[in-house]
Amino acid sequence: MSAEIAHAPALHHEHLSHQFEDIEQQRESYVVGMWAFLVTEIMFFGAVFLAYTVYRVLHHAAFYEAHKQLDIGLGTINTFVLLASSFTMALAVRCAQVRSRRGQVVFLGATLSLAGGFLVIKAVEYSHKFAHHLFPGQAFHYPDAAIADQARLFYSLYFGATGLHAIHVIAGMLVIGAMLVRALFDRDAKQDYMPVEMTGLYWHFVDIVWIFLFPLLYLIPK
Amino acid sequence: MPVVLYVRAFLGLLLLLVATLMAARLPLGVGFNSLIALAIAAAKALIVVFYFMHVRFSSRLVQIWAAAGFVWLLIMFGITLADYIVRSWAPIAGWQ
Amino acid sequence: MTASNEPAAVPLSEAHLESVAPHADRAPSYLSAGHTLRSWLLTQDHKRIAVLYLISISLFFVIGGLAAGAVRVELIKPRGTFMSSELYNRMFTLHGVVMIFFFLIPAIPAILGNFLVPLMVGARDLAFPRLNLLSWYLYSAGGLLAITAALTGGVDTGWTFYTPYSTFYSNSQVTMTIAGAFIAGFSSIATGINFIVTIHKMRAPGLTWFRLPLFIWAHYATSIIIVLGTPVVAITLLLVVAERVAHIGVFDPRYGGDPVLFQHLFWFYSHPAVYIMILPAMGVISEVISCFARKRVFGYHFVAGSSMAIAVLGFLVWGHHMFVSGQSMYAGMVFSFLSFLVAIPSAVKVFNWTATIYKGSVSFDAPMLFAFCFIGLFLIGGLTGLFLASLATDVHLTHTYFVVAHFHYVMVGGAISAYFAGLHFWWPKITGRMYPEGPARLTAVILFMGFHLTFLPQFVMGFVGMPRRYHYYPPEFQTMHILSTAGATVMAVAYLLPVVYLLWSLRYGKRATANPWGATGLEWTVPSPPPTHNFDTVPVVTGEPYGYDEADAPLPVTDSVVSATMQATGGKTPGGTA
Repeated sequence: MSAEIAHAPALHHEHLSHQFEDIEQQRESYVVGMWAFLVTEIMFFGAVFLAYTVYRVLHHAAFYEAHKQLDIGLGTINTFVLLASSFTMALAVRCAQVRSRRGQVVFLGATLSLAGGFLVIKAVEYSHKFAHHLFPGQAFHYPDAAIADQARLFYSLYFGATGLHAIHVIAGMLVIGAMLVRALFDRDAKQDYMPVEMTGLYWHFVDIVWIFLFPLLYLIPK
Repeated sequence: MPVVLYVRAFLGLLLLLVATLMAARLPLGVGFNSLIALAIAAAKALIVVFYFMHVRFSSRLVQIWAAAGFVWLLIMFGITLADYIVRSWAPIAGWQ
Repeated sequence: MTASNEPAAVPLSEAHLESVAPHADRAPSYLSAGHTLRSWLLTQDHKRIAVLYLISISLFFVIGGLAAGAVRVELIKPRGTFMSSELYNRMFTLHGVVMIFFFLIPAIPAILGNFLVPLMVGARDLAFPRLNLLSWYLYSAGGLLAITAALTGGVDTGWTFYTPYSTFYSNSQVTMTIAGAFIAGFSSIATGINFIVTIHKMRAPGLTWFRLPLFIWAHYATSIIIVLGTPVVAITLLLVVAERVAHIGVFDPRYGGDPVLFQHLFWFYSHPAVYIMILPAMGVISEVISCFARKRVFGYHFVAGSSMAIAVLGFLVWGHHMFVSGQSMYAGMVFSFLSFLVAIPSAVKVFNWTATIYKGSVSFDAPMLFAFCFIGLFLIGGLTGLFLASLATDVHLTHTYFVVAHFHYVMVGGAISAYFAGLHFWWPKITGRMYPEGPARLTAVILFMGFHLTFLPQFVMGFVGMPRRYHYYPPEFQTMHILSTAGATVMAVAYLLPVVYLLWSLRYGKRATANPWGATGLEWTVPSPPPTHNFDTVPVVTGEPYGYDEADAPLPVTDSVVSATMQATGGKTPGGTA
């Protein structure tokens, strides 16, 4: 590198924080930082996936039987809902980049509604499991006594993984909601698009977790 | 990124969702069926990462960090599962 | 953005000279940027956050040290002196939890790293200052939770929280302690992400990767471990809590769970975590050795690369904690082999430091003495690690005091010596005052001797079979235990002395110049203590680091230079508030 770069006039930008030299550096820093954070999230969920993989290999027959109680229909609908929400989120980011306030409001709203829909369907599924005593608590009861213990393990992992995922969905909805409010008040569409893009990255990650959870939990081969 | 790319990515995802449901019904054996399900899930994840998360059009640095988590996850999976797989192997005579 | 952002080319050596010269319009130092409590507790300045960390981490060091002292006193007699066995278990767990999660892991990165990373890369601050402040609050919250747990009953699982004891049998404050460690983990992650982005994106013009100080390389490697490893232990501890609270069965053999899986997941983080403790220490040592030998670091590229190699290899060896835990014998053999590989980059560092000292003009200032402590103690700690990496000897030595001695040589002997080396080396930069040299050198000597007296006997008794974590022991080990306790007392003196003279120096210490050691590196081109935004002009780096053997290398500032400067600045030293 030569000194010329340093002599180039610093790009003054309305959204530039004091610690950065120019807006490009700031944006790239945000993206790298967000990805580093997503790496931690990948490892966080990864450990649950690993535990699940180990136990599914060890207790395959029991897991196959236990997974039959899951509702593939609802699972598929939820996968569709979450994929669609990722799609609308991507469009919301694009609208933020081209400074379309209306587009942002529409697509962030759509994403928020789809995320809410996902949680409602999840709640329906959970309530069925509770009704059938499949929640691994005091009231747990599995009809086939021979594999009841391993079934309990399966449902522990099911509730653990989907529960953690649901917490991430809720966190995502809070941030998306904040972005929606921000867009609503942004009359001149002058705000930085990076927060929306960061929200998008997070939301797509939540989608990816479900992309793996769905076949692993709902589609166990015989 | 043009909107048409997002639409195509979304259609691809839906196609793969249908594919994974159909593949689950094929009687290929536990290992093969699981492998196909995971491969399709990985393909879906790649579409999301590349297009929705713009990694295909990002800097090399972002691409490396996007890959790092998945690569490290494979290391954790590989080594831990290796222990479980070889645990049933007979111990070397006289060592235990 | 202010006018001060106009960049200008300032070669390192000239910048040094310039910074000694008076500045009429220089910004006030970061310490005088506000004196209210609010200005400290809501600061986003990385240097102030480092000071906040320094205060809180020191408090936790005192707590962990007191617990260690209590354990040592208790072990003077074969059947204990003043504790019940329950209390003893809680005491050594408190020592382990506090020292590992609240001292060793954050100590060098969160204090010295926080202070120095932006200065060394020529940035005005870390990439995400608010995240940095949040990390301190998370650390404090986690620490308070852990201490609350200790005061409301304590934990008796050991810092490792092994299942099924932690999930099923222990009726102590496991959940609350884990919550504390969990929250502290997020603070660690926040720091790691901040360092990664700062080192990638905020280096000054001309500061290419191979011009970075080795301290930065070490912190980059550390941050990678933090980011890749910490979430795994977070979820694992979360599963332990879920198991305790809801009996979900993930690690419970009754439901087909496997307790060994807990150990896999736990050590996937907790083995690399020892590199979180030692890598930043190695970064400090590279800086100190090079400065006080007045020589370029021998084999710079290898030392930098070995940090990265340790970070990567460190993730492949966790199974050597589990040789006798029921993992496959074949997995054990592979883990044993891989563990030996870590010795290579570690040895590269030690050899390169030694070669750096060779034919250098060595001066024995306190930081250098602490660095010598580090090399000596780390050498023993590292080599005894090879005993434990060998499958066959480990079966004999595991769960004995040999292991205790080994990791204390690395983590206490190594990491704390380096922490002291760094704290003394950069004390003038952080506070603007010189520490008193005599007491500091004395401390280094006392520390070195006290340390050996404490832990050498533990190698011996471990080798002949004294198990770790036992409250009662056979009388033949008493001599060794008494020696060890005596050594701990000597070490306590070495820990108390710096508290006294460093605090003393804040008021009575000689004012520090911008570069009292004549060291290279961007942090020495700014006044001591630095102004809030670090650099008046963006520095441009034109050469390699550690240019001590170049003709225009900065020289240690002698008293005559200081007085000349004082005349030039009208009696005020550059470090003072003009």
